[in-house]
Amino acid sequence: MLTVENLTCARGGVPVLTEVSFAVEAGRALILRGPNGIGKTTLLRTLAGLQPATDGTVRFPEDEGAYASHADGIKTALTVTENLKFWADVHAADLPDEILKTFDLADLRDRLGGTLSAGQKRRLGLARLGVIGRKVLFLDEPTVSLDAFSVRMFADWLQNTHLAAGGVAVIATHIDMGLDAPELDLTPFKAADDAGGGSDEAFL
Amino acid sequence: MIALLLRDLRLAIRAGGGFGLGLAFFLIVVVLVPFGVGPETELLSRIAPGILWVASLLAALLSLDRIFALDYEDGSLALLATSPLPMEGAAMIKALAHWITTGLPLTLAAPALGFLLSLAPEAYVYLLISLLVGTPALSMIGTFGAALTVGLRRGGLLLSLLVLPLYVPTLIFGAEAVRRGAEGLDPTGALMLMGGITAGSFALLPFATAAVLRINLR
Amino acid sequence: MSMWEYANPKRFMGWTRPVLPWTFGLAGVCLLVGLIWGFFFTPDDFRQGSTVKIIYLHVPSALMAINAWIMMLVASLIWVVRRHHVSALAARAAAPVGVVFTLIALFTGGIWGQPMWGTYWAWDPRLTSFLILFLFYLGYIALWEAIEDPDTAADLTSVLCMVGSVFAILSRYAVLFWNQGLHQGASLSLDKEENVADVFWFPLLVCIAGFVLLFIALVLMRTRTEIRARRIRALEARARRA
Repeated sequence: MLTVENLTCARGGVPVLTEVSFAVEAGRALILRGPNGIGKTTLLRTLAGLQPATDGTVRFPEDEGAYASHADGIKTALTVTENLKFWADVHAADLPDEILKTFDLADLRDRLGGTLSAGQKRRLGLARLGVIGRKVLFLDEPTVSLDAFSVRMFADWLQNTHLAAGGVAVIATHIDMGLDAPELDLTPFKAADDAGGGSDEAFL
Repeated sequence: MIALLLRDLRLAIRAGGGFGLGLAFFLIVVVLVPFGVGPETELLSRIAPGILWVASLLAALLSLDRIFALDYEDGSLALLATSPLPMEGAAMIKALAHWITTGLPLTLAAPALGFLLSLAPEAYVYLLISLLVGTPALSMIGTFGAALTVGLRRGGLLLSLLVLPLYVPTLIFGAEAVRRGAEGLDPTGALMLMGGITAGSFALLPFATAAVLRINLR
Repeated sequence: MSMWEYANPKRFMGWTRPVLPWTFGLAGVCLLVGLIWGFFFTPDDFRQGSTVKIIYLHVPSALMAINAWIMMLVASLIWVVRRHHVSALAARAAAPVGVVFTLIALFTGGIWGQPMWGTYWAWDPRLTSFLILFLFYLGYIALWEAIEDPDTAADLTSVLCMVGSVFAILSRYAVLFWNQGLHQGASLSLDKEENVADVFWFPLLVCIAGFVLLFIALVLMRTRTEIRARRIRALEARARRA
């Protein structure tokens, strides 16, 4: 469902990863591993189409990609329900009640986004993924500031709802989420110091 | 698209200051002018069209940097970019929301302030029409400027520097329409030209704004 | 070989190095000849007296103020379409030169206006248009300076230059609508009847040629500086990674 071929991506005009290739079938997830600064975020942003790839191709069904990072896009002046309803409307989707239960937000539904704790905000941000109904998820450190219980809850949702329905997820994380998914270590793809393709290349 | 408009309006109301700040600024500028130029009714009545237009332009300028800054900081803009909503549509909606929270209240308040400046009675209707037709252009041009400076930490002053020269034609036609109305001349020419700028801005600037947003999100 | 090859930074540095001193030299000769000819060897105007001689500075700088913006617009378009770095850097290099020409045009206009109209400044359409052009230049330069990443800056300023050009033209017509003005018609036009007399016209042409060459030389020099700055940046980035 998701195919990546010979992808080279750059951060600030400097290539960070080169020749990344992998494929993820429907119903499967892929965990990205690698030390800080290796380019996990850059890779995910490139996959999601937020920044252009220097080289190579990314293929997945059109209008099926969704990106989630530490910035959840939560409006502090809107309630939990209003925040989710907005994203549901933008994606022309419904806001089913089960989503609130799945992400343990049912008791918080009328609280303003600004009054939530960091972990609660994170759950709200992840619940957005359940609402918009996109099949290919690019998740950048989805478990930051979640407690062990919430991590398990999110992993459950991914495994039993999202992946079970034929979805795909590419996840950059440092912890063991307990998912049955292969891992991809990005260290071998690290761009060499003299790798080509940077925006300054013409000047060297 | 309607969801985005409703969300922005709701945020403007909840966050407070969305409607109020621009209006208060408008009021203060108009009140300060007679202190500066003296209380003669005749002089005030002559410069009233220009003062009202310049003041509403500055009031609209005041809230421009909020159009994209908050969405950029909390990540909503990146999420919108990957949503089915086209960026061009989002840009236009953002401008529309800015107009409803700023331009429209200014337009409605302007006649009351025209009274303070002893604007000629014949000019009121043209003041309303010119602001109604012209302020959407101010919002759309301002949205473009806000998109240009969204990634910058201190973009506010730069935003004014970029946007003010772009405001010149709208200001000239707007104030000219009111002045001609006040002097009993035919203001339709100025109004038509200003309408053309507004229509052209809404037709073309969303594309420029969307392109700039995509560059800034990279 | 395609003409775009010359836009490669290294090739650009190569071919501009021998061209640059010649351009500067030619510009200097043209300006010297044109200005001396214009100032000392033309008759006084029967109406304006010797004040008319300021046209040898005023007209060429006003022309170049506009042409510099047009060149920036073309360079921006080339950057957007073909992504040649030199093109973006040339646009950046031209802006401060354009600002200086605009200022020269405004100041010489004021000095000329004093004896002619009795005032240094009037809100005449032409003067006002140049003032607005000056503001556009300021915004463009400020945007370049404000953005750290050079490619992002090039992209954003290109869009600003295009949108700004449309609004600059709109402003020009708006200003005409607003005030009919004191300024005489254009001194140069293809319609021979309306031109200034030949005795003024030839030295003026030489001066214009001098200003054009001076503009080219300054832009080439500044572009070379920008390319060197980018090269230092690239080498530093590489050194940091190693």
